[in-house]
Amino acid sequence: MNDFWLHPALILIIGSFMLPLIKGPAKKTFLLLVPILAFLDVFMMPKEGIFGVVQFMDWQLTFGRVDGLSLVFAYIMTLMCCIGTLYGLHVEEDAQHIAAWLYVAGSLGVIFCGDYLVLFLFWELMAFASVFLVWFRRRPESLATGYRYLLVHAFGGIILLAGFVLRYQATGGDLSFGHLDVESPNLYTYLIMIGFILNAAVPPLHAWLPDAYGEATVTGAVFMCAFTTKTAIYTLARACAGMDILVPLGVIMALYGVVYAVLENDSRRLLAYHIISQVGYMVAGCGIGTAMAINGAVAHAFAHILYKGLLFMGCGSVLHMTGKSKFTELGGLYKKMPRTFVFTLIGGLSISAFPLFSGFVSKSMIVAAAFSEHILWAAFLLTLASAGTFLHTGLKVPYFIWFGKNNCSQETWDKAADPPWNMQAAMGVAAFLCIFIGCYTPYLYNMLPNKEVVYHPYTAYHLSESMQILLFTAFGFFLLIKKLAPEPKISIDLDWFYRMGARGFMWLVRKPIQTIDTAWGEGYKVMGLTPLMTVSRFWSWFDWHAIDGVVDGIARSVRSVGGVVRRLQSGQVQYNLYYAVSFVALMLVAYVLC
Amino acid sequence: MNIVKLIDFFRDRLPTVIKFCYGVLALLVVIDVFVDKEHAHTAIEHLPGFWSVFGFIACALIIIISKWYGHLGIMTREDYYDE
Repeated sequence: MNDFWLHPALILIIGSFMLPLIKGPAKKTFLLLVPILAFLDVFMMPKEGIFGVVQFMDWQLTFGRVDGLSLVFAYIMTLMCCIGTLYGLHVEEDAQHIAAWLYVAGSLGVIFCGDYLVLFLFWELMAFASVFLVWFRRRPESLATGYRYLLVHAFGGIILLAGFVLRYQATGGDLSFGHLDVESPNLYTYLIMIGFILNAAVPPLHAWLPDAYGEATVTGAVFMCAFTTKTAIYTLARACAGMDILVPLGVIMALYGVVYAVLENDSRRLLAYHIISQVGYMVAGCGIGTAMAINGAVAHAFAHILYKGLLFMGCGSVLHMTGKSKFTELGGLYKKMPRTFVFTLIGGLSISAFPLFSGFVSKSMIVAAAFSEHILWAAFLLTLASAGTFLHTGLKVPYFIWFGKNNCSQETWDKAADPPWNMQAAMGVAAFLCIFIGCYTPYLYNMLPNKEVVYHPYTAYHLSESMQILLFTAFGFFLLIKKLAPEPKISIDLDWFYRMGARGFMWLVRKPIQTIDTAWGEGYKVMGLTPLMTVSRFWSWFDWHAIDGVVDGIARSVRSVGGVVRRLQSGQVQYNLYYAVSFVALMLVAYVLC
Repeated sequence: MNIVKLIDFFRDRLPTVIKFCYGVLALLVVIDVFVDKEHAHTAIEHLPGFWSVFGFIACALIIIISKWYGHLGIMTREDYYDE
């Protein structure tokens, strides 16, 4: 039994191919069964070992490296796949489920891979499957957003490819995906890291995230918010742990997301900016690189997948029911969607690291690791960012959707209600887990990769510290609430460069280059082509009438023979065969007779 | 609909709720004086109510700086990218 290993991604891939074949009432059961099977597969898996080794040309490919780090990520990802599929159970379109499952399969493939070739394969599967979750929104802008998303990820993929190909060459054929030499980094170390941090949405490579997640389908966004960035955190924890540059990058991320979240008017884009902020903690944790920091990064990724999924489910429910996601078009909905409010609030309290909620036991571990490594500036700035987290996700989102000024149109108000049972059930499961993780710490802590680390979040000092920060942030929020009133604006982010850059390029192509080309074509036609044609026509006439007519008549004879042959060539195969065989027979007879 | 009733119950008594919240804030600072600071990481944290001040200033800074930055021209009309 212990030697048996089945890749959970394989279950999802086979499941997604079988899905269109299942009809009728069995379909819903099948939809739930496949991710649960994948989860059970991870749950029952041997705790350690190398499986799924395949020889491909000169390379040994490893599909199944199982250890503490890969197991905990696979556990939460398959669990989230179950919750996400339950949330999207009402979606009738098979292709949406298939895209989501293949996307999760891509993540799982990266989690378990042992070398860069397999990693790259699944890395690209993730990008190409998830883009459909944007396209299926089917708004006019979805298509463009999807292409931008794809192009950015293709760019990241190429940098990653360049990184490991250079490493392959420099190390004489080493493709194994393990801890890189971060003490003396080479060009390839940086290239691989850049490939990874693009998927983690580290500024300046982050603008794809709010762009795509704000535009994805309601259920698609629930999947997207969980997998791409957290898979990137896994690769950073695996390969780049202890890389100093990740600490400042992570802190910048944590603050950058907070600033843009203040400005954001769209609830799902606000949550997307908060992913950047939260992933910043994890990136910083990977950069600190101590056993405790890595545990913190992993624990925070685990908790984050659940509470961010929950938040996206909450705001997604509002969008699903009312068709609106902007604060300036919502407000006062607590009477119409009370349960969604409670679930979203639980997500908000979890992300804000309230005691007894999941963020409290995970985020603090990273901050504590920064303090114990005496990186004080990082620790204080991350604490400051956590005030911002509560400000937006814990206060601004619930307040401006469910309370505050009622900006709903009559139509929005009439449509608003708690969502279908499956969406509520999925939110219920996620909300339960957020509280369970916060209350019963061994559940999460026993799964963390570095078992030797001992950490107690519930000390009197830590409780006092957290409650003061959080409640005085709330105090500040209500004092400054007028300044926070949502504005119907969008904020320009760094995607401006490629959105407007592309437009500039299009203008350059359309206007100056096209004009030059047209002018050149016209000039050539007048100056070159017309005289040339006149001269050619003369020579053609001369050749036909003078040389052929007067001198030898070859052209005329060829033309008349050609006319006869043309009649023979009907183009049908059997005639061609008939002529060919007849010709060969004739030649044979001639040969024998002569 | 119990959730709605509960929320309305508190909304109807908003002044009392606000007073209660101020009481909680004050209580937090008072408790902080007596909390064992053995786990504190830096000397400055030994000041009573340090994290209260930190939390409040952090919140105000984030709001003011972000809004200032947004109004520099980063926030723009919604159809900015439409052609």
